[in-house]
Amino acid sequence: MAKVSIRNEIRFILNGSDVVLSSMASDATLLDWLRLDRSLRGTKEGCAEGDCGACTVLVGKLSSSGLVYESVNACIRFLGSLDGTHVVTVEHLRGRPGQLHPVQQAMVDFHGSQCGFCTPGFVMSLYGLWMKSSDPSNEAIEKALQGNLCRCTGYEAIMRAARAISSYGKATKDPLAVERKAITARLEAMRDGARVEIGAGKKRLIVPANVDDFAAVLDKEPGATIVAGSTDVGLWVTKHMRDISPAIFIGDLDGLCTIAEDNGVITIGAGVTYTEAFSMLAKRIPTLGPLFDRIGGEQVRNMGTIGGNIANGSPIGDTPPPLIALGARLTLRKGKKRRTIPLETFFIAYGKQDRLSGEFVEAVHVPVPAKGTKFAVHKITKRRDEDITAALGAFFLTLAKDGTVADVRIAYGGMAATPKRASAVEKALLGKPWTEQTVEAAMAEYAKDFTPLTDMRASAEYRALAARNLLLRFFAETSGTRKPIQVSRHEAA
Amino acid sequence: MNKHATTPNPRAEKITGGVATDQRHDSAHKHVNGTAVYIDDMPEPAGTLHGCLGLSAATHATITSMDLSAVRTAPGVIDVLTATDVPGENDISPTGRHDEPVLADGKVQFYGQPIFCVIAETREQARRATRLAKLEYKDLAFVTDIGELDPRKDKLVTPPLTLKRGDAAAAIKAAPRQLKGQMRVGGQEHFYLEGHIAMAVPGEDHDVTIYSSTQHPSEVQHMVSHALGVPSNAITVEIRRMGGGFGGKETQGNQFAALAAIAAKKHHRAVKIRPDRDDDMIATGKRHDFLIEYEVGFDDEGNILGIDFMFAARCGFSSDLSGPVTDRALFHCDNTYFWPAVHAQSAPLYTNTVSNTAFRGFGGPQGMVGAERVIDEVAFAVGKDPLEIRKKNFYGTSDRNITPYHQTVEDNIIQRIVAELEQSSSYARRRREISAFNANSRFIKRGLALTPVKFGISFTATHYNQAGALVHVYTDGSVHLNHGGTEMGQGLYVKVAQVVAEEFQIDLDQVKITATTTGKVPNTSATAASSGSDLNGMAAQNGARQIKDRLTDFAAEKYQVPRDQVLFLPNRVRIGNQEIAFADLVKQAYMARIQLSAAGFYKTPKIHWNRDKGEGRPFYYFAYGASCSEVSVDTLTGEYMVERTDILHETGRSLNRAIDLGQIEGGFIQGMGWLTTEELWWDGNGRLRTHAPSTYKIPLASDRPKIFNVTLADWPETSEPTIHRSKAVGEPPFPLGMSVLHALSDAVASVADHRTCPRLDAPATPERVLMAIERLKNEVKAGA
Repeated sequence: MAKVSIRNEIRFILNGSDVVLSSMASDATLLDWLRLDRSLRGTKEGCAEGDCGACTVLVGKLSSSGLVYESVNACIRFLGSLDGTHVVTVEHLRGRPGQLHPVQQAMVDFHGSQCGFCTPGFVMSLYGLWMKSSDPSNEAIEKALQGNLCRCTGYEAIMRAARAISSYGKATKDPLAVERKAITARLEAMRDGARVEIGAGKKRLIVPANVDDFAAVLDKEPGATIVAGSTDVGLWVTKHMRDISPAIFIGDLDGLCTIAEDNGVITIGAGVTYTEAFSMLAKRIPTLGPLFDRIGGEQVRNMGTIGGNIANGSPIGDTPPPLIALGARLTLRKGKKRRTIPLETFFIAYGKQDRLSGEFVEAVHVPVPAKGTKFAVHKITKRRDEDITAALGAFFLTLAKDGTVADVRIAYGGMAATPKRASAVEKALLGKPWTEQTVEAAMAEYAKDFTPLTDMRASAEYRALAARNLLLRFFAETSGTRKPIQVSRHEAA
Repeated sequence: MNKHATTPNPRAEKITGGVATDQRHDSAHKHVNGTAVYIDDMPEPAGTLHGCLGLSAATHATITSMDLSAVRTAPGVIDVLTATDVPGENDISPTGRHDEPVLADGKVQFYGQPIFCVIAETREQARRATRLAKLEYKDLAFVTDIGELDPRKDKLVTPPLTLKRGDAAAAIKAAPRQLKGQMRVGGQEHFYLEGHIAMAVPGEDHDVTIYSSTQHPSEVQHMVSHALGVPSNAITVEIRRMGGGFGGKETQGNQFAALAAIAAKKHHRAVKIRPDRDDDMIATGKRHDFLIEYEVGFDDEGNILGIDFMFAARCGFSSDLSGPVTDRALFHCDNTYFWPAVHAQSAPLYTNTVSNTAFRGFGGPQGMVGAERVIDEVAFAVGKDPLEIRKKNFYGTSDRNITPYHQTVEDNIIQRIVAELEQSSSYARRRREISAFNANSRFIKRGLALTPVKFGISFTATHYNQAGALVHVYTDGSVHLNHGGTEMGQGLYVKVAQVVAEEFQIDLDQVKITATTTGKVPNTSATAASSGSDLNGMAAQNGARQIKDRLTDFAAEKYQVPRDQVLFLPNRVRIGNQEIAFADLVKQAYMARIQLSAAGFYKTPKIHWNRDKGEGRPFYYFAYGASCSEVSVDTLTGEYMVERTDILHETGRSLNRAIDLGQIEGGFIQGMGWLTTEELWWDGNGRLRTHAPSTYKIPLASDRPKIFNVTLADWPETSEPTIHRSKAVGEPPFPLGMSVLHALSDAVASVADHRTCPRLDAPATPERVLMAIERLKNEVKAGA
C-alpha cells in the first residue's frame, strides 16, 4: 500500500472563516465547541442525544454531486468528523443588509416561534430543505422537521412559515448558493489525501485517508472505536460519558461511501448514510422507502449509516430485518482480507456479532427482489415518526405458479435479542397456498419463534400481538385490492 | 425586519401595536437569528463554577454509607455539597409543609432524588465526577403505582378535598339506571426545550443575584433566602425569558437556584447549574397521573341525575403543589355539565416517585377527562351518540347553573360554541360518512368525537390573584415596562406592552419590555393559572394610568384647560385646542418636577373560597371552547392518525389574535400528546425509564391533524371587565385534546358495533388502542 502522509490537524470552514484545530479530545462535540470555545450560542442544547433538533446546524461536504449541505445534530457530531467540511450555524444566515434571511423572516411573520428555544434549529432545518426544494409539499416539510421538536406552537405556524419561505427570496440568490464555487474551491484545497492524527497513544483520534488506510489503521489499533455517523456513539459520550478513544472517524472515507447496483445486487458501502442510500433503495425497492422516512429524523438520516446500523448489532436496528428478508450479504474486512457472509449470521447473540478483532463492516449487498416477488416492511412505534422500534417485521415472499408459497423469509426486530428470522412461521407457510387460512394457521406459530420483552416502548403482549398481525397485514396488502392496509399521513397513491 | 425604535408619527390615526391587533412576539426576530439570550447563553463571569446533582440510585432507602472521596479528588472538582452544607433550612417545599429537602439527608424517597451536588471548574468535570460517588443503601418497601394503593386509607401528602351538592348517593340510588367504573389517565413530562438552569452571582454582604429559569421569581427568592438563612432583601432573582415552562418551572427551579446560591456564597464565585436532559426529567416533577373512580345514576334518555367521583393522584414523595392540583381536578370534574347531585373527593397519594407538580391545566384537564368518560359511559349505556348526551347535560344559562363548589356559572356560552362547531365541522354528515366507511373497511376504522371545555380562571389560592408592575416614562417619551409576569413563550410581554401602549396612546416600539426581577416588582405570584395577561395587564394599566393622571393634571394646570380637555391621541396629546407630541408633554412635565414613574397594582375582585366548606367563588370567570376530531385507526396494530380537527375557542376580545391562535394550536397539540403518545413508564424497581426524547414521545409536526381548522370565538360579551374584555388563553385550550382521545375511543368501539364503551385509558398509545380493540373483539366473540 502506498504510504499515506499524516497531518496533525483538522481543517474546516466555520461560517465564513477557516478553522484549523490541532488539539482536541476525540470525543469533543461540535455543539460544545461552538457554544463554549467559539461563544456561538445561537445553537442550543435540548437533549444531547440527537432527538430534539435544537442544535441543528448545516454541514456542507463535497460529494459526487458537488457541495451538499445537510442538517445535522451538533450535539452528537464530533469535531473530529468535520475535516474538509463547511459548518454553517444560525449566526451565518443573512438576508439583504439589515434584513433577516427569508427563512427567518417567514418564521417571524407567521408567528413560528413562541419560547424561541427550538427556533434556531427549526430555522436551520428549513434552510436545509429550502436549498434542496424551493416549493416543498407538506409531506416534504414534515419529513424535514421530523428531527425538530417544538413544545409551544403545535407546529401549525411553523408549517405556514415553511410554505411561504419562497415568497421571501430565491434559494438561488442565497449567499450559500452564490458562494458555492468559492466554498467548493476552499474545501477542495483542504483535501490533501492525508490521514489525520491528533493526540497521542490511547487518546488519539484518527481520520484515515481512505478505506485501505482505515483497514491498516484498525488492524494495528483493533481496540479503537469506529465512528461513522455517530448517531449511536455520540450518545455513548453525551449520555454515558464512555471513553471512546482512540477513535477512528470513517464518516466520509473514499472507498467506503459508494452505493452501486451490479447485476441485480445493490452494494452499499458502510459509510453510506440513510439519506444517500434512500434515493436508490426507494427507487429499486419501493416498499423500503416508507421505512427510511421513519428512521430517526432528517438530521440523523443525514449522519447515520446503514453500515453502522448493522455493525452495532442492536436488536432494534431498523435496517437488518428488511435486509435479512431480502437475503442480503455482508462483507467484512480485516487488513486486506475480506469475507462475505449472509447478513443474518452476523448477529450471534445480544451484544455479540461475528466480527473479529480488527475487522470492520465494509459493505452490505442487497439483492433487488425479482419481479413477481412480494416484499414489505412494517415498523411499529409509539409515535409514528422519529421513534425507536417497538417491533418491526419484514416479509419476502415468492409464490409458485399454483399460488403456493415457494419461498418466504420473515425477519423481525424488537422481538428477540438480535434481529431474527421467524423460522417456525416461515415453515408453516412454505408450500402452502397463500390464503388467509394459511396465514391464520401460521400466526399461531409466532410463539415458537419469539418471546419478546416488556419495556418502556411496549409490553411483551403487545409486541407479540402486533407482530402476528403484521403477517395478516402483509397478506391483505399482497392480495385482493393490493392497497396499503395501514393508517397513513398521506393518501395512498 | 429588525425592530428599531422609530420616531413616532404625531399625526397617526391609530398607534401601531395597540390592543386587539396582531403583533408578533416581541422577541421573534431574536428567536430566529439566535440572539435571544437564555440563561445558558449569557456570558459567564470570570471564574464561573458549574454544578451537577448526584441522584439517588435507590427508590426508597436509608443511605448507609456515602463515600465521596473519589468525587472530591476528581479533576476540576472544587467542592461537593451535601445536606449539611445548607446553611439555612434544608427545605424547599413551596407550600410550607417542610417535606422537600434541597438535598436528601440520610433517606431517599424516590429514584433520582438529589443527594449531593458536585461543584467543578467545568460542567463536564462536574458531570464526570458525579459518577464516582460510592453510596450504599438499605432498601425500604416502596410504592410507585397508585393502582396498588387505597385512596381512602393510604398515606396522603396533603389534606384531601371533598365537594358536594345535594345527596349524590341517594340520587344515584333513585335513578332509573346506574353504572360505575374507573379510568387511568397518565402523567406528562413538560419537555420544555430549555431545561432547568440557574446561575448565581455572589455580591457583597449576604447578597446574591440569581438568574433562574423560573415562572415564579419571588418564590425562588424566598426559597433561596431560607436555604441561605438570610433575609429576602439579599436575594435578587431575574429572568428575561424561558425556553418553555408549562408549569414545570413554577416550583421546580427552586432546587437548582438554592444549590447554585449556596455554592456561590461559599466559594465567592459565580455558579451555574444546568442539569442534562435525563437528570432534568428524572429529578423534576411532572403532571399528576390519576386513577378516577366514578359512579353515576342516570335515566334512559341519558340525563345524569347523580354522580360520585374519587380522584386519586400520584403525587410523589412530597406535597409540592399537589394540594391545589388535586383541588383543581375536583373543580373541573363537572367540565361543562350540570351535576344535579354530586359528591367528589380527592386523594393526593404519597408514592415513591418524583414529586409531581404544576402542568398547564393544573389538574383541571384530569378532572374533565373524568367527566367526559362518564358521558361516554352513559352514551353507550343508552345507545346514543355521546354528543347528544353531552348537550343534554350542559349547564343552563339561567338555571341548572350551580357548580359542585356552589359557584354560579354566569357566563355560559357552551351551547353556542358547540352548536357553531357542530355546524362548521359538518359533524352529522361526517358521522354518517364514517359509519359507511367503517362498514366497508375491514382493518382501518374511523372515529369522530366533539368534546367541550369549560376552564375556571383564577388561582384557587385567592391571595395569589394580585400583581404589580413598574412603569417609567423617560424624558424622550419612551417607556420602560416591568411587571411580575414571566415570559416563557406565551407572548405575555408583548400583550402587556400593548396594554401600556394603548393606555399612553404611543406606538408599541416606544415601550421597552424588561426582564422580570424581584428587585423591581416584589412579592409576585407565579406566572401560572393562565393569569399572566389578566393580572399583569391590569397592573401595568394601573401604573400607566397613574402617570397619565399626573400628566393630565399637569397639562390641565399648565394650559389652563379643564381635565376633560386633555386627551391622549396617537403619539400626541390634545390639550384644549392644541396638540403636542407625547414626548414634548413628558419633557415639560419633567421640567415641572412631575413624577414619571409609577408602581401599578391589581387584585382580582369578587373571588373567595372556603376550602373547609367546599364553597365559594374560586373563579372570576370561565373560558370555553370545543374541538371536534376525526381519527383513523389500524385495528391490526393500534396505530392511528388524526385526520381532521376543528376547534372553536373563546378568547373574549383578544388582545392579540396571532398570539392567542398560537396558544390554542399549541395547547391542543400538547393536550393531544398527553392523551396519546406521551407515556411515562416506571420499571419494576421504581425507576422512571422514559427520561429523554428517545423514549418519551411528544408530538411531531407529522402528528398534527391532517386538516386543522382553528377559529377564535372572540365574542365581546364576556361577563366581567377583564383587561380590555379579553379572556385567558394559556391553559383552556389544553383540554381540547380530549376530542382525539374520544375519537380514538369511537373508532375502537366500532369493532363491537358501538355496543360497549371501550373504556380507553390515557395515554391512548397504539398499544392501549390495540388492547382495547382486542378486549372488545373478545367480548363480541364471547357474546356471540
